[in-house]
Order: sequence, then structure tokens, then C-alpha cells
Amino acid sequence: MRKVVSLGLAAMMALSLTACGGGDTAATTAAAKDAETTAAADSAETTAAAGEAAGAEAGTIKLGVIGPLTGPAATYGIAVANGADMAAKEINAAGGVNGIMFEVQAEDDENDPEKSINAYNTLKDAGMQMLVGTTTSKPCIAVAAETANDNMFQITPSGSAVECVANDNVFRVCFADPDQGTVSAKYIGENKLATKVAIIYDSSTEYSAGIRETFVKEAANEGLEIVADEAFTADSNTDFSVQLDKAKEAGAELVFLPIYYQEASVILKQAHDKEFAPIFFGCDGMDGILSVENFDTSLAEGLMLLTPFSSTDDSSKKFTEDYVAAYGTDPNQFGADSYDAVYAIAAAVEKAGITADMDYSAMCDAMKTAMTEISIDGLTGAGMTWNAAGEPNKAPKAVKIVNGAYEMQ
Amino acid sequence: MSFLSYLINGISLGSIYAIIALGYTMVYGIARMLNFAHGDIIMVGGFVIFTIVSTLSLPPMLGILAAVAACTLLGVVIERVAYKPLRGASSLAVLITAIGVSYLLQNVALLIFGSNARQFTSVVNVPNLKLAGGALSISGVTMVTIASCIVIMVGLTTFINKTKIGQAMLAVSEDTGAATLMGIDVNKTISVTFAIGSALAAIAGALLCSTYPSLTPYTGSMPGIKAFVAAVFGGIGSIPGAMIGGILLGIIENLSKAYISSQLSDAIVFAVLIVVLLVRPTGILGKKITEKV
Repeated sequence: MRKVVSLGLAAMMALSLTACGGGDTAATTAAAKDAETTAAADSAETTAAAGEAAGAEAGTIKLGVIGPLTGPAATYGIAVANGADMAAKEINAAGGVNGIMFEVQAEDDENDPEKSINAYNTLKDAGMQMLVGTTTSKPCIAVAAETANDNMFQITPSGSAVECVANDNVFRVCFADPDQGTVSAKYIGENKLATKVAIIYDSSTEYSAGIRETFVKEAANEGLEIVADEAFTADSNTDFSVQLDKAKEAGAELVFLPIYYQEASVILKQAHDKEFAPIFFGCDGMDGILSVENFDTSLAEGLMLLTPFSSTDDSSKKFTEDYVAAYGTDPNQFGADSYDAVYAIAAAVEKAGITADMDYSAMCDAMKTAMTEISIDGLTGAGMTWNAAGEPNKAPKAVKIVNGAYEMQ
Repeated sequence: MSFLSYLINGISLGSIYAIIALGYTMVYGIARMLNFAHGDIIMVGGFVIFTIVSTLSLPPMLGILAAVAACTLLGVVIERVAYKPLRGASSLAVLITAIGVSYLLQNVALLIFGSNARQFTSVVNVPNLKLAGGALSISGVTMVTIASCIVIMVGLTTFINKTKIGQAMLAVSEDTGAATLMGIDVNKTISVTFAIGSALAAIAGALLCSTYPSLTPYTGSMPGIKAFVAAVFGGIGSIPGAMIGGILLGIIENLSKAYISSQLSDAIVFAVLIVVLLVRPTGILGKKITEKV
């Protein structure tokens, strides 16, 4: 019997090795092909630009978007693709930036770092000049290493891990994870939502672990007592009964969930079954919870989340209407983030006087300086500015779910 | 009181592992192969129920019956198509085939349903039980899971010991060659084993998704691996062993989550397996293999 078992284990290992090997080969082939395909893409682009009526002389800048368009995190990626698409169309309709048009192409990465790099290579082959992405943190870190190598300008709408903007060619629109943790703790403390707080976080993602770390640090300053600090991993993300039992027993008044909405929907369901009803408080990963298939949205009633965007807010009314008209669903924070990202690019392109015929590396150098000099009034914050480290500066907002919709607090 | 709550949740989780482990252990006992696709049959069961109950809004009972029927058929077909032609082949070939079938099922589900997770509507409508003035609350699905596990265990033991087909299964597991000589149809017996194992997987799928209401094409893979561990832990090939292994595994997992570390619970589960195999290489109830000189 042991022989069979060990055979099984050996087979699994062999399989995973093959998978890695396959990926590598694909990447190398893509890199090798780079030279010829770039040339091909260039000529294709000239044709496209020539066909463009308004921007005939100024040309087109090609923006790539990467995000999970399928899979558990698809809500984020689709929103990012839509937001970028909408902003580009608006800018083009208004005559572009000094006549320069924007073209957007989105590629799927299924929230997987390896697939994200493949998507990046695909976009580069297609002639991408700037990257709006990637959407989620882990793939973003992987792709950021590639863009740094290539000196490709990158602005991530929602990659919130610290490392996402480690290189000076990367900027972001959302808050960094540590900031989200700090801001959440401050928000809870200042609004006196609770004093006894439990945390349930995913120790296998940097996003969740990063927020949790700064939350714990800031909680001490705010007089919050962490009564339970429980983790789960990607392999155990369906059963939260023990974590919830511990939080309930410790008398937690608020449960902080710095996690993605998919797991949160299961936690809310299981908490409901246990008749445990504290305040649940999430970060931007919670955005999308109302769209989980077959999820009873009444379970999310009273849930609070830190998000810089609310579709029902006055400032985003026009955006929401246009978005619904174009894509048929309500926009979320991710769509707004990427909409702002494209507007930030447009502002910086104008500031730096970039022309569409520059290669992406020259563009990137000009963008790096221009990004720190612009200020835009976006959907996710008024008077947004960026520092050289790539971090945005804007005020945080929180929303509460009331009657199945976000309500600005 | 909290200890009791963790324990009961552990037994419930363990009961699900046990029901899945029965499928592994029966197939191993009779066909001497590890059916790694077993976990994915659970997922198929989950999707059948989801489609019938949530998409078509039909009663949950019908969903469970349809899932049992679909999984039974699927189990038998998989055995016929993928495993039977390899009856005489080396165990490595059969093992790789099983892994292949597992990937096939996952990817077909991925094609049909996409990888978005769905919230599964519980098929169990039993109210929560409150004990000790509300201090201890046991959810309805937990009680149903534990009860189903006991019923299945008793039913299966009776089936094997009292019916002709059950006896044939025992005979085949003892000695395939001798069983053939006694006039037992080995192929039919193996088919029946796969049918029973897969039907149990459908029930496990219903209970699993009702307790942990998230359904994706990968839903079955981790519980499948854990149940395989449970089967090895209890002694693979032994039916009471699968039961004991499953329940112990569930309890160890939940208690280590509660009292040691919620992060390390999986590591602890597998560490226990290693220790058990070092002390008792055939598992808790595994038969000692005596070498003939």
C-alpha cells in the first residue's frame, strides 16, 4: 500500500513540475518572438492610427489592462477593464489629449501571477505602450518586476500590496494595504463602532496579511482591544466555524475582515447560522459582495466597508449612469479606480507633452516625473496627487450596506 | 461549552470526511487502486444539486436524488471507460489515469460553470438545536451530517455482511482469483463498488456544500485529499477504519484550529498522519500483511 501512496505523491510532484516547465517555455518563446512581433504590431498600429479620424496626425497610445476577467475575482478585473474602456472612450470623444487617442486592450490573468505575466507579454506583443494594471496584488507584484525590466509605465488601479509600487515606474490609484489597515482602525476608533474587535484574515495572501498587520498596530493606538486574531489559508477557505466561535465567545462587537468578498460571503452565511451578529467591517476586497451568485444579500445588511467610491454618491452619479448604460451592471470601486487611472494617465501625458510615436521606455521616463506634478479630481477622491514612490494622496471614505445598497457614511 | 461546540463541529466535519473516505477505501479494498477522481465526483454532485435546487427551483430532495443518480452513473462510466481497460496494468498507470480523470472532471466543470464561486443554498432545513440555555448551539446541518454518517455506516455494514453482492465484494477483496473460481463476477462486483462509492460521494457533496456553502469546480479536491488521508489513517481497505479515520481527522483539525493555531491546522493534520503511519504503517484498523515464506 505504501508503494501506491508514494507513487501517488511522486506523480503529483511530477505533474506540478511539468506545469512549471510548461510555463517557462511559454514565457521564453514569447520573449524570443518579441523582436519580430513588435515590428509587426508597429505596422498594425500605424494602420489603426491612420484610420482614426480625429487623431490622424497625433496617433494613438495603446493602453493594456490586465485583471481577472474570469474566476473568483472576476468582478474586480471586469470592472477595471470596463472603467478603463469608458474613460478612454470619453477622452477620445472629447478630442483626446492634444489629439492623441487612447486604445484599450484587456487581457485575462485569472488572478494568477504566472498567467498575468503571460498576459503582459501578449499585450506587449500587441504594441502596448502603458499598462493599467494589474488588478490584484499578487499578479501585480509579478508583473511589476517585468515592467521595471522593460521600463514600461504602469499604473495599477487596485494592486494594494506595498510591493506593487516598489519600482519607480509603477503608480497606484487605490490605497496601499498598510494604509487600509491603519485607516480602518482609525475609522473604527474615531466613530466608536466597537472596542472589542476580532479579526479573521487570510494568511496566505499578502493583501490580507498586510492589512491585518497595520490594523493590529494602529488598533493599540485607538484603544481597540483585539479579542480574537484568527487566520485561514487558501486551502481552508470554506470552513470558518471555529474562527467565528472564537470571536463570538470572546465577545467581539466588531469583526474585521480584511479579505476578498468570496470568503466573506461564506463567513456572513456561517455567522448567520450561528446567530452571531456583530458589525462586520471590510476593506476594498469586500467590494463586490452583493454580486456573488445566489448570495442572500440580506446577510450583508449592516456590513461596513472602506472604499473610496460609492455608486450612489452625488459626485459619481454621471459615471454610474453611463457605466450602467454601457455595461449593464452597477460600477464598483475597481471600475472607478481604473477610470481614474486612465484620467491620471491622460493628465500626465498632457503635462509631459508625450507624443504617440515615442517608444514605451521614453514614455515611461517622461511619465515618472509628470505623475508627481498632476492633481486630478477623480471618482475616488478630490485633488488626488501622487508622490515619487507611486502612492496616491486622498481622503478615505467608508460605506455601509443598507437595504442591499451602499450608503456613504 | 466552547470545547463541546468545537468537538461537535469537528465530528460533523469528520463525518463528511468519513463518507468520502468510504468511497476511497471500498475501491481500494476491492480494485486495489486509488481513485483520485473521487473528490471531483463530490463536486459534480454539488453542481447537480445546485442546478436543480437553485437554478431550476425544484425541491431539495429531488436535487439529492438526481445527484445520487448522476454520480452513480458517472462512477460506473468512469470505471468502465478509464479503469477497466487497465485492470491488469501496473498500479502507476492506473494512478495516473485516476489523476487524469480528476483533472478532466474539474476542467469540464470549469468549462460548463466557469470558475466563479457560487453560494450554495443548504438542502437541509432543520432548525438549530439550543442546549444549556442557548450557550451551546448546534446547527441543523451538523446534526443531519452526523446522523447521515451513522445511518450510512450501519447500512453499508449490513449490506456487506448480509447480502449476496456484499459477500461477493468481501470475497473479491480477500482474493480476486479465488473469487473468480467460485463463480463471482469480478467486473460486476467492481462496478457495484464504484456505484456505491459514487452515490456516497453525491451525499457527501450535498452535506459538504450545505455546511460550507461555497461551490467551485475545485470544491471537491481538498476534501478529497483529506478524506484520502482519513482512509489511510484509519487503514485503507477497512470500512470501520475509514469511519474512525474520518471522524478523528475532523476532530483533530477543528481542535488544532481552536487551541493551537488556525493557520497550522492543515500542517498538524498531515503531521498526525505521518506519526500514525510511522507507528502503525497499515493505519489504525489496517490488516497486518503477513509475508508467506
